[in-house]
Amino acid sequence: MPSYNLTINGSARSVESSDADKPLLYVLRGLGLTATKFGCGLGQCGACTVLADGAAVQSCQITVADAQGKKITTLEGLGSAAKPHPIQAAFIENQVPQCGYCTSGMIMSAAGLLSKNPKPSEDDVRSALEINLCRCGSHVRVVRAVMAASGQRG
Amino acid sequence: MNAPVENIRFSRRTLLKGGALVVSFALSGRQTSAFAQGVTSAPRRLDAREVDAFLAVNGDGTVTLYCGKVDLGQGLRIAIPQIAAEELGIGIEKIKYIEGDTALTPDQGRTSGSTGIQRGGMQIRQAAATARKAMIDLAAQRLNLKPEDLISADGEVRPKAGGAGIGFASLLGDHQFNLKLDPHAPLKDPASYTIVGKSLPRPDVAGKCLGTATYVQDFALPGMQHARVIRPPAIGATLVSVDEDSVKSLAGVRIVRIENFLAVVADGEWTAVRAARALRAQWSDAAGLPAQDKLAETLRTAPGITDQALVTKGTAVSPLPPNARTLTASYFWPMQSHASLGPSCAVADVRADAATVWTASQGMHDNRVTFARFLGLPEDRVRLIYLEGSGCYGMNGHEDAAADAAIVSRAVGRPVRVQWSRADEHGWDPKGPPQLLDVSGAIDADGRILDWRTEMWIPQTTKGLPNIPLLGPQAAGLDHIVGLNTGLISQNGDPPYAADHIQVIVHWLKETPLRPAPLRSPGKPANLFAVECFTDELAAAARIDPIAFRLRGLKNPRGIELIQRVATMMKWQTRPSPGADTSAAVARGRGVSYVHYKHAETLVAMGIEVAVERASGAIKVERVFCAHDCGQIINPDGVHAQVEGAILQTISRVLMEEVKFDRSRVSSVDWSSYPILRFSDLPKLEIDLVDRPDQPPLGAGEATCAVVGAALGNAVYDATGVRLRTVPFTPERVKAALNGKAS
Repeated sequence: MPSYNLTINGSARSVESSDADKPLLYVLRGLGLTATKFGCGLGQCGACTVLADGAAVQSCQITVADAQGKKITTLEGLGSAAKPHPIQAAFIENQVPQCGYCTSGMIMSAAGLLSKNPKPSEDDVRSALEINLCRCGSHVRVVRAVMAASGQRG
Repeated sequence: MNAPVENIRFSRRTLLKGGALVVSFALSGRQTSAFAQGVTSAPRRLDAREVDAFLAVNGDGTVTLYCGKVDLGQGLRIAIPQIAAEELGIGIEKIKYIEGDTALTPDQGRTSGSTGIQRGGMQIRQAAATARKAMIDLAAQRLNLKPEDLISADGEVRPKAGGAGIGFASLLGDHQFNLKLDPHAPLKDPASYTIVGKSLPRPDVAGKCLGTATYVQDFALPGMQHARVIRPPAIGATLVSVDEDSVKSLAGVRIVRIENFLAVVADGEWTAVRAARALRAQWSDAAGLPAQDKLAETLRTAPGITDQALVTKGTAVSPLPPNARTLTASYFWPMQSHASLGPSCAVADVRADAATVWTASQGMHDNRVTFARFLGLPEDRVRLIYLEGSGCYGMNGHEDAAADAAIVSRAVGRPVRVQWSRADEHGWDPKGPPQLLDVSGAIDADGRILDWRTEMWIPQTTKGLPNIPLLGPQAAGLDHIVGLNTGLISQNGDPPYAADHIQVIVHWLKETPLRPAPLRSPGKPANLFAVECFTDELAAAARIDPIAFRLRGLKNPRGIELIQRVATMMKWQTRPSPGADTSAAVARGRGVSYVHYKHAETLVAMGIEVAVERASGAIKVERVFCAHDCGQIINPDGVHAQVEGAILQTISRVLMEEVKFDRSRVSSVDWSSYPILRFSDLPKLEIDLVDRPDQPPLGAGEATCAVVGAALGNAVYDATGVRLRTVPFTPERVKAALNGKAS
């Protein structure tokens, strides 16, 4: 079976797949990195957002073959309980999630934004997160938390 | 992943047989089936009339709570412990919490209807009060003091005058309470609360932000296989043939076919997805759905309607005075989906003599009955264990996925995980049914309401139906129930405002186009859309300010206060609607609405400001003001989050959402054909929570949903002078209404 060399959360991983078109989402979840969620498989909802070389991408829309050579970061790799990423800390502080199914994707989209634009306006935040859907209605807190994570009042 | 499978398969019977030990189920880490053994010394009792069903004092001085209601992200995991810790007199950090497990938690009914706190929480408060009284009585004997000279605090009972106390664990000595819930056990004075009323953080939030939370989608068992169920291309179609060769190229794929139930199973999830896509099957034709563009007329003329006079107040004024004005209007609310962000998923392990199902269902105990029935097992051999899933607002596909998993697990003899696709969820989740309402009213020359009549065409819940019918058992020809369950959708059809005569007539329908289920605030968003918009229609006809019109007809002082608070927040200018500049290119307006939920529960007043762009018909909701009174607030930030979510979700439903279908199937099966609110649609929210510590706590999850449509419709009318009576308010519909076409 063909194998693919990936870099995930800073570690080199070799992954076997009989299908070069297998979406990265299923690779990650198969490795136990289940923070990345399946929402639609269509690139419409943002639940599966991860960072590829620092940019937010939908992992259901990248194949395992395409993911080779890119540095992939998932929510698990962003921070930890002992050392949360500032966005994770702000999400916890603001009690953002309700069901939380969208939260991983929201945080990863926000991480992608802040790595390019450390002091975004609220409009920048809304526009960067436009792909990310939330059904519970946590949006106001998401914007507030991302602003807080960038050291600004939302 | 190294817990022996047998460990997880104990039923209530084997638990009790085991005698002294209760093995509590807890999850640690992610994608593991770690069964932490939180040990107490008593067998579990599950009778909800008994204290021991709800709480156990552990040998280490901690208290374990057992809650039959589940946390869907609405915050019961902190609010219920707050209630119990407060009432017992123990620090919240000493509370352990177990939810939604038919082997461990008492049946407290479905987690629905905003009853988590107002019913579930109050049962647990009474259990805790009974327990506190018992422990004080025990301590009084041991200390040779009177019970009234003792207090319970910090996990011990001690003399009020000072001096050494006795810890809960020493008092109980690992014994059970053996007490019925005492409805007369004294409750703490709310003035002395130190835990209830505080915005304590929810224990599940950090894991959700760090990626360590285990959703049902993330749960795995040793030897588990992945399945996809293939639904028919038309509702009601039967399976004619399956081309097994079509998946031959995919190694290790097994097809499960049981009558009209069709699934593919594989070791890997992606292989199961590919197999589901590749599998060729022939189905019969079916085209039983009505034409979507004639849905309202279809409801009005449906066969087998039975009529019921639901509300009759006062006596009809007859004849109406000559200067009376009479208005009539027809309102329509479409079918809507739960549109859960994550498609439903479940894991089941079904053996010959027992079944365990991990599910995000809101009705654990209800569904045990259903699952036992279609699996042909005794109820006490079926265990449902709650794991959080993607948010659900009544009943989405969670239970169907769980039934699918159980059917496939039994067929393959392995634990099975079933994950629905996006199209499955949008296409097959049970829907909020369509609702048609005709309203007529008469006012006198002073704008007093002489007569009000609401008629509604809604499906009738089948009497005695134990649960909502599930897709899998029906397709597989297993024992299943047939009928409709919509939740209580007929309430609040009558206005809360003074009128000489009010009537509500329900035309109960025997059928509704797609399988219905309760959808957040069942029926009330539509009923209040009609009632509170029509109230504004009467106010406009009388040339009276909408708030003044409401206040002079309202008696409930809590309701009056909320409307006044909204008026203050909005800096409301007293004048009739519409405003002066309805023909502006971007017309701005404001609207209000009010509900006393079910005329008995939470009260909400709402104001909305909109901007309507004439050229495009696009509505921008700019600001939302909400005054909310749910009685005693247990956790203010939790209530705030619920109100925020209810506002945003319902704005989405009002502006965008309608299930589309052809004669055979649902055609809006992704996020482009069934769009929901996005960040660019976000209004500013101002929420004013009125806390009434001396009043019973009421639900906070639903009531706010009821008022959004009317406040929005009233704001659009104020802005443009055009009345929208059909949801959703899409730009095309708004443009047509602005151009004088029927809305």
